[in-house]
Amino acid sequence: MTRLLLTSALVAGIALPVLAAAPAEGEKLAENQSYTFWLLDAIKTADPQKNTDVEGSDIIRQLFEGLLNEDTDGAPVPGVATGFDLSQDKLTYTFHLRAQAKWSNGEPVTAHDFVYAWRRLADPATASEYAWFMELMNVENAGAVVKGDKPPEELGVRALDDHRLEVRLTTPTPYFPKMVTHASTFPVNRKVIEAEGDGWTQPGKLVGNGAYVLKSHDLGVQISMERNPDYWDAGNVIMQRIQGLTVNDNNVALTRYQAGELDRVQIPAGQYPRLEKETPDQAVSIPYACTYGYLFNLGDKGPEALKDVRVRQALSYAMQRDVVVNQILQGGQKPAYNWTHWAIEGFQMPQIDYAAWSQAERLDKAKALLAEAGYGPDKPLRLTLQYNTDDNHKKIAVATQQFYKQLGVELTLNNVEWKVHTDRMQAGDFEMARYAWCADYNEASTFLDFFRSTGMNYGDYSNPEFDALMDRSKTSEDPNAQYAAAEAILARDMPLVPIYHYAKVDMIRDDIRGLPTRNVMNDWYAKDIYRIQK
Amino acid sequence: MFGFVLRRLAVAIPTLLLLIVLSFLLMHAAPGGPFTQERALPPQVLANLNAKYGLDEPLWRQIAGYVWGIVAHFDFGPSFVYPDRSVNQIIAAGFPVTLTYGGIAFLVAMAVGISLGVAAAVRQNSWLDHLVVGLSIGAQVLPNFVMAPILVLVFTLWLGWLPGGGWGGPLYWIMPVLALSTSFMASIARITRSSMLEVLGQDHIRTARAKGLPERAVILRHALRPAMLPVVSYLGPAFVTMITGSVVVDMYFSTGGIGRSFVDSALNRDYAVMMGVTILAGALTILFSLLVDVAYAWIDPKIRY
Repeated sequence: MTRLLLTSALVAGIALPVLAAAPAEGEKLAENQSYTFWLLDAIKTADPQKNTDVEGSDIIRQLFEGLLNEDTDGAPVPGVATGFDLSQDKLTYTFHLRAQAKWSNGEPVTAHDFVYAWRRLADPATASEYAWFMELMNVENAGAVVKGDKPPEELGVRALDDHRLEVRLTTPTPYFPKMVTHASTFPVNRKVIEAEGDGWTQPGKLVGNGAYVLKSHDLGVQISMERNPDYWDAGNVIMQRIQGLTVNDNNVALTRYQAGELDRVQIPAGQYPRLEKETPDQAVSIPYACTYGYLFNLGDKGPEALKDVRVRQALSYAMQRDVVVNQILQGGQKPAYNWTHWAIEGFQMPQIDYAAWSQAERLDKAKALLAEAGYGPDKPLRLTLQYNTDDNHKKIAVATQQFYKQLGVELTLNNVEWKVHTDRMQAGDFEMARYAWCADYNEASTFLDFFRSTGMNYGDYSNPEFDALMDRSKTSEDPNAQYAAAEAILARDMPLVPIYHYAKVDMIRDDIRGLPTRNVMNDWYAKDIYRIQK
Repeated sequence: MFGFVLRRLAVAIPTLLLLIVLSFLLMHAAPGGPFTQERALPPQVLANLNAKYGLDEPLWRQIAGYVWGIVAHFDFGPSFVYPDRSVNQIIAAGFPVTLTYGGIAFLVAMAVGISLGVAAAVRQNSWLDHLVVGLSIGAQVLPNFVMAPILVLVFTLWLGWLPGGGWGGPLYWIMPVLALSTSFMASIARITRSSMLEVLGQDHIRTARAKGLPERAVILRHALRPAMLPVVSYLGPAFVTMITGSVVVDMYFSTGGIGRSFVDSALNRDYAVMMGVTILAGALTILFSLLVDVAYAWIDPKIRY
């Protein structure tokens, strides 16, 4: 076995695990070390294996700690594990757990706790909506355990001793270490869960191993946490209290930020330019790993016209992405001509031919392609675009209707409620549908695997050439060549109209330091945050 | 009277059952389910979830099991969306909040609305009357989803007097009560005014005045009581509407009340929570329309059941 270190960041992390929360030279800490953040909705659960949403993960990341954490750039750094070994065949990872890691009830955190949590995630009895994440991680027997064909004990994870955790994979997975920063892989305390049942996540009962402990949680109102003195690195945690306030309306949330009740809030669409001008030290736009687009239905229930690649290309070329980004969203989002978010770590943006053309050139090309496909004034192309209820989706859809009019395409808009939208998409009942995909981990395959024949893409796109490339990328030393080729295929086959790459557009109080501004996953750790004296 | 109440209560049971069955069927007829999400769940995970929550059973068994749980154990089941909470817990946490701001809003709306209505009727066509009528029309057409953000802007950002949302002591109650009570207050004032005007023109008022009673006594003792009949029939349903919460109040002031649950549970297809709040609202509506009928008999001796 060779001892492998993740990245140079991990090496630095091992040597200096306190780096993140340390104030820079000349910075004086403020008296008040509390941080209040905004939550759009009620937190559904603080149970790592039952959580399904981003806001829940933000809470769980403070209350629990996984094998690895992320630094402010998104690179993995030691968490409960100080490092790991990888076998020659790249199938077995052995994580080394630090002996000082403790639960908030004082018990040590051991490899057995991780084994329990990972089995719990896959176990059908837990009925976790994130059970598939174990399969995504390629953990041995994950699929069979989730199906109920094998008992959870046969999942490819075991404790060699209290401080060594062994994970066996079915295929080499170069980005595996990045996946163990995901909240669903965090350890949980078996004793508490068995004693308290479903209610174990309530304040007073919850036992975690994170830098913070849960103080109170009023559903749909607020959730508060305090620094955990038992955390192994508690000496370097500066922020004392953190609180999430639920405000269902973004505009009211902004008002409350301006009144000083919140330290961070999302900026409602269209208001960034104004706020950026008025308060340049508070308004930020950070790349965020999601891509927005219109998916074509290439399946049996999809329209015949969309099976013609020329039609799909024409519709993509006619999309005026600059208008969407600069006139509608106005928050530092970038036009998308490809699928993978531009800021994903290690991803090199390939040359996409039509990205370099002017919009006039694209429109000319689109008209020619559509005519070639047999559509014109006497035989206009009619399509329906389905989107779910949301102001921005509506604005973009209405704009698209106009863009396509220039092409002679009659686009009918079909606005439905979120659950109906999702249900119809999954049943293949749509022609074009609004869709956005967000990264599960900070690596390009989280986007590109979507378009594999076995992937999640509801438009039933399938191309063996694409699948083969993605297969090869898994064992490749530098998968970027395969990713570039895969993106080129997507730009040619055009299974969707990529529209824009997301940005997180927020107001952040200017005395807060340590929030990640370069991590495209936007995962944040309160233990790294502090407030300076102004 | 006693027999009347018993009969009404006996009818309430099949009414509630019908409500349960209808809501249950409508809910299941809506496309998508509680576990429909952005990335489709693998079939076996979905099957595990359906098995856990009993969604794999035939509909009639689900309804029967659900009703039995309520009757036998007063158990409304687990939430489908908040896995660590039961519906009982969600209602137990949210309903007291809603009851507090809804109850206060009701008292405020009633006290202010009736006073203004009476004052306007007594001084019909005076400046006071015009003011009350004008204000109540204004208050009725100003939707509370417009009013709520304005309140936060004025009282939290500009004046800095009140917290912008959340739930705690009386300071947190003011904006929800204002936002919720205004339009009810306006309706009560207008109903009181017109009813009062009608009563003031009746013979028994002329008689009372002819007896030489002071105007104050005429109004309070002889006019107010009969004028209250239409107001009371409005107050019953209004009270239920207010204490079962307002989506707008919960959304804009983050009070954590159950008003938001009505919309959220429907959008999330959280079947159990949706049934729970529907039954709560249904039971309260039945109860308070009964109370209104009893109050009728008390106010107007001519009414006998």
